[in-house]
Amino acid sequence: MNLTDYKDVYVFAEQREGKIQNVALELLGKARELADANQEKVVAMLLGKHVRENAQELIAAGADEVLVVDHDLLAEYLTEPYTQAITQIIKERKPSIMLIGATTIGRDLGPRVSARNVTGLTADATKLEISDDEAHEFRMTRPAFGGNLMATILCKDHRPQMSTVRPGVMQKLPADPDRKGTVVDFKVDFDEKKISRVKIVKTVKEEKTVADISQAKVLVSGGRGVGSKEGFAKLETLAKELGGEVASSRAMVDAGVMEQSRQVGQTGKTVRPSLYLACGISGAIQHLAGMEESDLIIAINKDKFAPIFSVADLGIVGDLHKIVPLLTERLKSLQK
Amino acid sequence: MNIVVCIKQVPDTTEVKINPQTGTLIREGVPSIMNPDDKGGLEFALQLKDKFGAHVTVITMGLPQAEAILREALAMGVDRAILLTDRKLGGADTLATSSAIAGALRTMDFDLVITGRQAIDGDTAQVGPQIAEHLDLPQVSYMEDLQYNESTKTFTIRKQTEEGYQILEVQAPCVVTALASAVSPRYMRVNGIVTAYDKEVEVWGADRIQVPEERIGKAGSPTSVYKAFPKQLKPAGETHEVTPEEAVELIVNKLKEKHII
Repeated sequence: MNLTDYKDVYVFAEQREGKIQNVALELLGKARELADANQEKVVAMLLGKHVRENAQELIAAGADEVLVVDHDLLAEYLTEPYTQAITQIIKERKPSIMLIGATTIGRDLGPRVSARNVTGLTADATKLEISDDEAHEFRMTRPAFGGNLMATILCKDHRPQMSTVRPGVMQKLPADPDRKGTVVDFKVDFDEKKISRVKIVKTVKEEKTVADISQAKVLVSGGRGVGSKEGFAKLETLAKELGGEVASSRAMVDAGVMEQSRQVGQTGKTVRPSLYLACGISGAIQHLAGMEESDLIIAINKDKFAPIFSVADLGIVGDLHKIVPLLTERLKSLQK
Repeated sequence: MNIVVCIKQVPDTTEVKINPQTGTLIREGVPSIMNPDDKGGLEFALQLKDKFGAHVTVITMGLPQAEAILREALAMGVDRAILLTDRKLGGADTLATSSAIAGALRTMDFDLVITGRQAIDGDTAQVGPQIAEHLDLPQVSYMEDLQYNESTKTFTIRKQTEEGYQILEVQAPCVVTALASAVSPRYMRVNGIVTAYDKEVEVWGADRIQVPEERIGKAGSPTSVYKAFPKQLKPAGETHEVTPEEAVELIVNKLKEKHII
């Protein structure tokens, strides 16, 4: 493998039913920074059926070039046809770096692509950078050991250097509708026999009333100290007053009080809102891993030794059941 | 039907504590457990054994002490247990790990391979799909239920997605990765615990799997750890023990200062 043949930063532009996923736009923002550091291009890989019209959105988010693979076999995500398409892109275009969102789709696709192309894949990186020394090494940093340790990973002698990144970890650029880029139709020869081994019988969307907490600007999050659905109702009133959403620690999800989709942390979602108000959350390291990048962290807890205070900008030792309703009332009166 | 379940011994990361003075991990005394998603996968296999009389094999790659989780699996009711252990396999990243396990699987007959979705010590969710690729088999990840249709030799699999779920029909043989939350693993049976120590755990070395040495262990790992370091927590802010009324004032002032309100 001649490493110098490999260049540019490729992003898997995940779409579902023709809608570009937020994580793809976030990755384009990061890819822009990485590509600029090496004077390279950002290339978005847009796979699907009737998706060409989404290309401009990707250019506006930072792509220089969009490779459109438009095919019936790609209408709905399946491992094999998507792996075949990306593998053909790798063979013909020789990407240096490839970023994929760590969604259920990306975490299915990434390892399959890495194994087929015999290259490394870093899981769920939280920091991606090009070293500022002469080597211009691509460094991928991720939590290890249940979030207790950070590890910086290199993929020295194999290309592309692949990484998945969880939604909400990177930041998208402000969309620039005037940005110029090229849109290229990329043809793939599919091996349909291999594809036919898996068939989609049906895809079911469950009625979930929840908003995506990883996109919320304000999160009022509750833990064991909140205790019950009634307790969370108080948090919800406060969240509404702040224009935000309610989130939860793992303890309250395991207890069946809150739904899993609102869980923050290592096994839940990663969030970085403008305000994270932690109520009755002790702050296990697995929880902190999912929220410590928040701009402003305020914590209310009865236990003054709770680890959550170690990451809080403002800590209040006190009873959330008294403070939260008072705070809600105060905010209401300020509105008037 | 033959099923192979790939399991891993992991430190119980929920028990890991940080030394507040040095900021380093306290690894001593952290118990080792069978990875929860793998245990969920094992339960699915044992349910197929109950229903169809499937023959269930468990395999793990790791240090000799990983035998403990194989004994646990035997006590839960599996038929055969294999420990793949060799210095040559050490230092492997996910790709080299999956190459070694795929090499072991190639020497066996199976209709279904089950792995856990991800291990709690690494959270990569890569080894299952990579095994499938090495074996050129179809994969379904995030499996929360599966049914076997004997007449068509297919599996009907329910896969979890962000929006809900998908029902997929997959030809055997195939690889699935299981979610711990989808099933409650059975307990070890009392007579199972006794017989688990009578049963043999097969110990395999790297020579058993016939994978080129440049594909396993450190040599077969495209990724390497450049450095590992304790997480830098940002400096803590101020903490106040105050009355609820004073607390509200402090919070409101902070929200104003940061232009949240």
